[in-house]
Amino acid sequence: MEGLDSILAEQPFFAALEPELSKIVSGCARNRRFDAGSYIFHEGDDADEFYLIRHGRVALEMVAPGQAPVVFNTLGSGDILGASWLVPPYKWMFDARAVELTRAVGIDAKCLRGKCEADHHLGYEMMKRFLPVFVRRLHATRLQILDVYGKRGK
Amino acid sequence: MTAAFPANAFVPTAYRVIRQRREMRDVATLELSAAAGELPTFAPGQFNMLYAFGVGEVAISVSGDPGNRGRFVHTLRAVGAVSTALARLEAGQMLGLRGPFGTGWPMTAAVGSDLVIIAGGLGLAPLRPALYHLLSHRADYGGITVLYGTRHPRDILYRREIERWRRRLDLDIEITVDHADRAWHGHVGVVPALIPRAAIDPENTFALVCGPEAMMRFTVAGLRDAGLAPERIYLSMERNMKCALGLCGRCQFGPTFICKDGPVMRFDRILQIFATREI
Repeated sequence: MEGLDSILAEQPFFAALEPELSKIVSGCARNRRFDAGSYIFHEGDDADEFYLIRHGRVALEMVAPGQAPVVFNTLGSGDILGASWLVPPYKWMFDARAVELTRAVGIDAKCLRGKCEADHHLGYEMMKRFLPVFVRRLHATRLQILDVYGKRGK
Repeated sequence: MTAAFPANAFVPTAYRVIRQRREMRDVATLELSAAAGELPTFAPGQFNMLYAFGVGEVAISVSGDPGNRGRFVHTLRAVGAVSTALARLEAGQMLGLRGPFGTGWPMTAAVGSDLVIIAGGLGLAPLRPALYHLLSHRADYGGITVLYGTRHPRDILYRREIERWRRRLDLDIEITVDHADRAWHGHVGVVPALIPRAAIDPENTFALVCGPEAMMRFTVAGLRDAGLAPERIYLSMERNMKCALGLCGRCQFGPTFICKDGPVMRFDRILQIFATREI
C-alpha cells in the first residue's frame, strides 16, 4: 500500500517539499473517501481537517433561506479544499459536497497548525504553498463577480 | 498609401437568411446565402460587416464551417439597435454583407502542434470555424483541448454540437459555468481556472482565446503561468468598427487597427497595450 508521504510527494501542491517536512505533514494526514452526494462538511462545522483532493469532484455550496443551494465553485484532482482551518474561529463558511466518488488526503488542521507553530520553517513552506492557491482563487472570484458574459442582470 | 481593396469593399452585397436558429433568448444564429453570385471564402477568425437595412452595420465574426462554401453562418447577441434588428431577421429576409475582413487564427502555423482553445460566452462563435477546420484536418494537429466558460448551464452555446464533440475520443472539452444549481454536475468557476487542470505542453501548444476582454486578461495570465510564450497565444480582439478597412480609425488599438491587423492578434504584438485602459 502506498504510504501517505509518497502520495503527498506526488501532488503538485507539495512539489519540492523537503522529505523530512513531507514526513511531518504526512504524520497529520489520513486517506479519506467520500461517496457521490455525501457532504464533506457543512457551514458552521469545526474546520478541524482540510483536504487535498486526489480524485473526484467537490461542489462548494451556499444556502440562503428559502432558496435552493447555489454552487459557487467546484474543485477537483490536485486542489486544496478548505482555508478556514487557517484562521480563527476555525469554522467552515460553506458546505462541501462530493459530486462524484472523491478520494482525498485529509490533514488534521490542529495537528498541522501545531507543527507549523513549533517549526516555522515548515510553517513558511506551507504558507508559500497555500498563499498562491488563495490568491488565484481571489482573482478568480473577482472575475466571477464581474459577470462578464452577456448583458447584466439577465 | 494606396489600399489594395476590392472595388466593392464599401458596398454591401445582398444576402438572404436561409435559416435562423434561436440559441438563447437574445442570441440568434443566421445562415446566409448570397442572393447572386458566389460566396467568398473565409479564414477561421475573420468577420463580416452585416447591414440591417435602414438601421446600420455591425462587425460579426463568421461562426460557420470554412469547408461549407455555400453559406455564411453568424451568431450574434442582440445588444444594440443593429444587432437587435439582425437577431430578429427570419428565413427569407434580406440583409447586406461586406467581407470577409481581418486576420484569422494561425491554422497553418499550428500544424503539428497541440492546441488549447479557450472561449468565454459568445466567444465560442469566432472559434467554431477553427474547430471545424481542426476536426476536418485532424491528422495535421496534435492534441486539441477546448475550455469553455459561460454564465450558467442554460447559456451553453451550440449545446447539441458540443455534446457531439464531447463523444469524440480525439478532442477534450471541459465546460465551466460561473453560476449553477445542484442539477449541474460539471465545473463551476471561471474558465481560466481550468487551465492548470489541462495537460498543456507549453513548448508545443498554441492557445486560441476569445471572450470578454476581462476574461481574456485572466486567461492570458493563466496561460503564461502554464509556461506558454506570448507568441504562442492568439486573441480575438473586439472594438466597434465602421469601415472595416483600416481607414476610419474607429477600431484603432494603439498603433494597430482591429479590423485589418486583427481581430485575431498574436499576444506578443499587443502585450504592451493589452491591459492599458482607454486603448
